[in-house]
Amino acid sequence: MTRRGLTLTGLSVLVLIAYPWVFSSNYAINLGFLVLFAAYLGQTWNIAGGFAGQTSFGHVVFFGVGAYVSTILQTAYGVNPWIAWLFAALGGALLGWIVGVLSYRAGLKGAYFALITLAVAEVGRIVANSVPITKGGLGILLQADPRPANFQFRDPVWFYYIVLALCLLSLLTAWQLTRTRFGARLAAIRENEDAAQALGIDSLREKVKCLTLSGGLCGAGGTVYVQKYLYIDPSIAFGVDKSVEMLLVSMIGGAGTVLGPLIGSGLLHVVGEVTRDLGNMLPGVSNAQPLSLIVYGALLIAIVAWLPDGLMGLFRKRRKEARRA
Amino acid sequence: MLTPEILFAGVINGLMAGGIYVLVAVGLTLIYGVLHIVNFAHGSLLMLAMYSVFFLWRKPLGLDPYVSLPFVTAGAFAFGYLLYRSLIGHFSHGKDENILLITLGLSIIIDNATLFFFTGDTQTIDVAYAGHMISLGPAVVALPKLVSFGAALLICLLLGLFMTRTDMGKAIRAVAKERQGARLVGIDVEGVMAISYGIGIACLGAAACLLMPTFYVSPTSGHAFVLIAFTIVALGGMGSFKGALLGGLIIGVVESIGGLWLGEQLGQIGIPLVFILILLLRPTGLFGAAR
Repeated sequence: MTRRGLTLTGLSVLVLIAYPWVFSSNYAINLGFLVLFAAYLGQTWNIAGGFAGQTSFGHVVFFGVGAYVSTILQTAYGVNPWIAWLFAALGGALLGWIVGVLSYRAGLKGAYFALITLAVAEVGRIVANSVPITKGGLGILLQADPRPANFQFRDPVWFYYIVLALCLLSLLTAWQLTRTRFGARLAAIRENEDAAQALGIDSLREKVKCLTLSGGLCGAGGTVYVQKYLYIDPSIAFGVDKSVEMLLVSMIGGAGTVLGPLIGSGLLHVVGEVTRDLGNMLPGVSNAQPLSLIVYGALLIAIVAWLPDGLMGLFRKRRKEARRA
Repeated sequence: MLTPEILFAGVINGLMAGGIYVLVAVGLTLIYGVLHIVNFAHGSLLMLAMYSVFFLWRKPLGLDPYVSLPFVTAGAFAFGYLLYRSLIGHFSHGKDENILLITLGLSIIIDNATLFFFTGDTQTIDVAYAGHMISLGPAVVALPKLVSFGAALLICLLLGLFMTRTDMGKAIRAVAKERQGARLVGIDVEGVMAISYGIGIACLGAAACLLMPTFYVSPTSGHAFVLIAFTIVALGGMGSFKGALLGGLIIGVVESIGGLWLGEQLGQIGIPLVFILILLLRPTGLFGAAR
């Protein structure tokens, strides 16, 4: 990362730490949580989809498995949620490894990989809907017992800082991918897999490692979600919406860039709030939520068409032009 | 218990559903075969066509879905053609993932636009013949399902004749096989691609008319069909007509037997499982050429 990039990142981190002091209403803190949470999940998508070029349409499956692993460990086996959190990450990582080994061995790339992840998430949804341990479509309700030892807090600001910490962890991970050999190998695979292999890169191994990492981080996010909302059901845990959101925040912010998901998530939430408010002002509109999703879809098309590196690409382009001038 | 009678009825019902799936999947496989694009918006476009059938049937017009079939099919063709000309063809830059993302964006827009304008309520149409039952041996089948099965296969047959007997069909096949070569002998490749996309979407228009007498439509209706259609196409082999035909019937039966055997909820697992297994074990499908 350049010096400017570092300054920019440092500044945004300071702003994010200070945010709850400036905007202390519950609404503002929850909005901050949502932005950071989407940015975190988006970053886990970005690690596989952006840095290694493994576009996934079903990334939610790692989130869902993490959410169910920690929740079931707590409710059925009485495991402490902080320890269960670790198992959620392990569960996500294990699934990432399995999906990676199976699909990369079979040589699935591009659209085929995207579709197989979609199908895996669908299998997850159907299984969670049908087996007794997940309580089927009813979902699992966590007993409210707000104590820090219980990973539950009365004050929402705690979850804000937890997800901020996760976000920073994922940012660091992504940053490492821009400066380590592992990251360079992933970039080589993304740009031209055959050439990468010709150079002696074991692309199967690197891709599996990458998906395992991404799945583990994503699984950890699942636990945070359930601890905050105290509820999980199959359509939250394995629904297409979250997969799409992860993909959108990274694509719009800039796939394969460190700050992309954070910027994308911030922009999407601002756009979402604004469209919703504008939509609600229209006569006869009761639910303006779909309007913001229409804007997201249009943004995705626009990004793919004109800005393949997302908003980060816009910054870079301008910087390059400034340097040339 | 699965007695032979129940099993037979399950197979028959599966085949009936499979007929429609064939029609949906033929459109997808044509688009893939010719344009090499994975049309993720396929389910959403089907849903949109189903809504148009619903609105044509509703009060002021009151068109029977079978009567509106030629209109909806033609409209779907025009819509697909324009969509390709205005959006998909321009923005894809010829990259596989790009098209996937463009069509994903398109499906998000379509799904939410319908949700916004038509609300999330499920809509059904009432036709007098919907409850008319016909017995085939131990199985009982609703008349519209039998009609849709026959009509779907007939449309596939016509499409097959179009592809083999007409100049346009030959041009489409030429573009599918060898894009550069087709361009060199003077075929308007871009035009052929837009027409192929239009035909693929026209299949959805016909499928929507055949589906509506026994099915419902809501903004999320498309989701169910996306994975089904991709499974059929993967099973039959990407780009293969024969494959889509056989695959559609197989998937219809798999779905029906899965439901009988594993119950309503878990029975749905058959389709994604078949999809995953096919991609892992035999990615070329039954009739597909090596990728």
